[in-house]
Amino acid sequence: MAYSDKVIEHYNNPRNVGQMDKNSTAVGTGLVGAPECGDVMRLQIKVNPETRVIEDAKFKTFGCGSAIASSSLATEWVKGKTVDEALEIKNTDIVKELALPPVKIHCSVLAEDAIRAAIGDWKKKNVALGEQAAVPVAIAAN
Amino acid sequence: MSTVLSEPKLPSGVQLPIYMDNHATTPLDPRVLEAMLPYFTDKFGNAASRNHSFGWEAEKAVDLAREQIAKLIGATAKEIIFTSGATESDNLAIKGIGEMYRERGNHIITQVTEHKAILDTCKRMEKQGYRVTYLPVNADGLIEMDDLKRAIDDKTILVTIMFANNEIGVIQPIAEIGKLCHEKGILFHTDAVQAVGKIPVDVNAMNIDVLSLSGHKIYGPKGVGALYVRRRNPRVQIAAQMDGGGHERGMRSGTLNVPGIVGLGAACEISRLEMEEEAAKLSAMRDRLREKLESNLDFVHVNGSMEHHLPGNLNMSFIHVEGESLLMGINDIAVSSGSACTSATLEPSYVLKALGLGDDVAHSSIRFGLGRFNTQAEVDYVADKVIDVVQKLRELSPLYEMAKEGIDLTKVQWQAH
Repeated sequence: MAYSDKVIEHYNNPRNVGQMDKNSTAVGTGLVGAPECGDVMRLQIKVNPETRVIEDAKFKTFGCGSAIASSSLATEWVKGKTVDEALEIKNTDIVKELALPPVKIHCSVLAEDAIRAAIGDWKKKNVALGEQAAVPVAIAAN
Repeated sequence: MSTVLSEPKLPSGVQLPIYMDNHATTPLDPRVLEAMLPYFTDKFGNAASRNHSFGWEAEKAVDLAREQIAKLIGATAKEIIFTSGATESDNLAIKGIGEMYRERGNHIITQVTEHKAILDTCKRMEKQGYRVTYLPVNADGLIEMDDLKRAIDDKTILVTIMFANNEIGVIQPIAEIGKLCHEKGILFHTDAVQAVGKIPVDVNAMNIDVLSLSGHKIYGPKGVGALYVRRRNPRVQIAAQMDGGGHERGMRSGTLNVPGIVGLGAACEISRLEMEEEAAKLSAMRDRLREKLESNLDFVHVNGSMEHHLPGNLNMSFIHVEGESLLMGINDIAVSSGSACTSATLEPSYVLKALGLGDDVAHSSIRFGLGRFNTQAEVDYVADKVIDVVQKLRELSPLYEMAKEGIDLTKVQWQAH
């Protein structure tokens, strides 16, 4: 399997690795995938409640190089966007940016799911702020 | 974390890339190449040409190779049939015996961790009206003799059990299986591709009736293999699966690949003379690799029985790290992974799953295949590199973090996709 330069670059220099306090109301956590499928992504966002701008994002991923690159890229892309803008990110954008081959498209789907799950978790925590509690995808938060 | 791939300074005696995938194939031994070369050019005769010196010269070389191969496995030269490789040997054995002994019965026994050349051939036999029993293996990767005894019935004509497994290096109880089959009057075939030349194989002491072997797994050329077919006690008959000039006692038509056969013979000769020393060296290097990895990393798991094991094999799972991402980090080292992502089918290794390992553990596995040309300096380099990359990937792994926090990952409700 030949990897694109961008996948290799993200794999070698993953952005925004780490974790944030999942109990903080400002933090939304999305944990998607399953160990038996060979990939699990955890993407976390820290949202400014006033502006609804994602001020920080962190990830950790168990998966192949394309999965690592997809989630690393996702954290880069969501930072600075409002939650509504971040929901516009499509897996096809990730496929294009990283030049993922067809066999790795599921990695980009998982990254999109992780963004949606993190935002969904944040919204659920902030129903009091008038957020709709609608969760786009099921969240497997531990 | 800055980079996953930091380049350590290259120690002396290490040249990149390092080849440590000797179960997949092996480099040609230069001594084998030397033996082969004249048979491409000057000595190009057809071994079936009976009326001139070119043919006689080729035939003589083929006869010598037959002797060399036979000697390695305790057979006689006349019992060696040349093929294009072990896949053909396996096909010829199962289909040829199935066809020849059809009137006696239609039941074949094999086991679940066989190579696809056996499993897929057995599947085809099922479509043609044969019954196939696939014995399970225990957590060590070994079949249970009681399971085999129970599976045998009055229609059983063939038992085909591999000598040593290509992924986990586990050696099956071949002599016991052979003894049982001999007592019951059932033919015993073994795919011995990974065992021949690496550990002692004796077709008589082990009651093996038919045996497949391959050139390129023992530092010989690709595209050549052999099938041992017992001639006495009992005399095994095999229906040819290819029609033609009636070469190889009518069992396998086709002009003989003389340079390849010469190479296979030379490879067997070298293996026979150097096996003991080589096995000791490979076992020591393999144990060193294992010790280094186990003492520097937590959550590692050795797959398959280490008691019944090929000298050069180590199959290890680095739990909470996905195999393909690990391979990517050690891309100057050639090894294999049981990860689904590295297979064409996107399924994790069926061999590891047969041991009862979860898919997650199978995804995390790496097969190290040490061979004749590996050095201790390479082993040390590989160990250090794997430790480094596993540690870095675990910093990236949510599963490792959760496991370290004491979370039981089996209790988490995962969102499978």
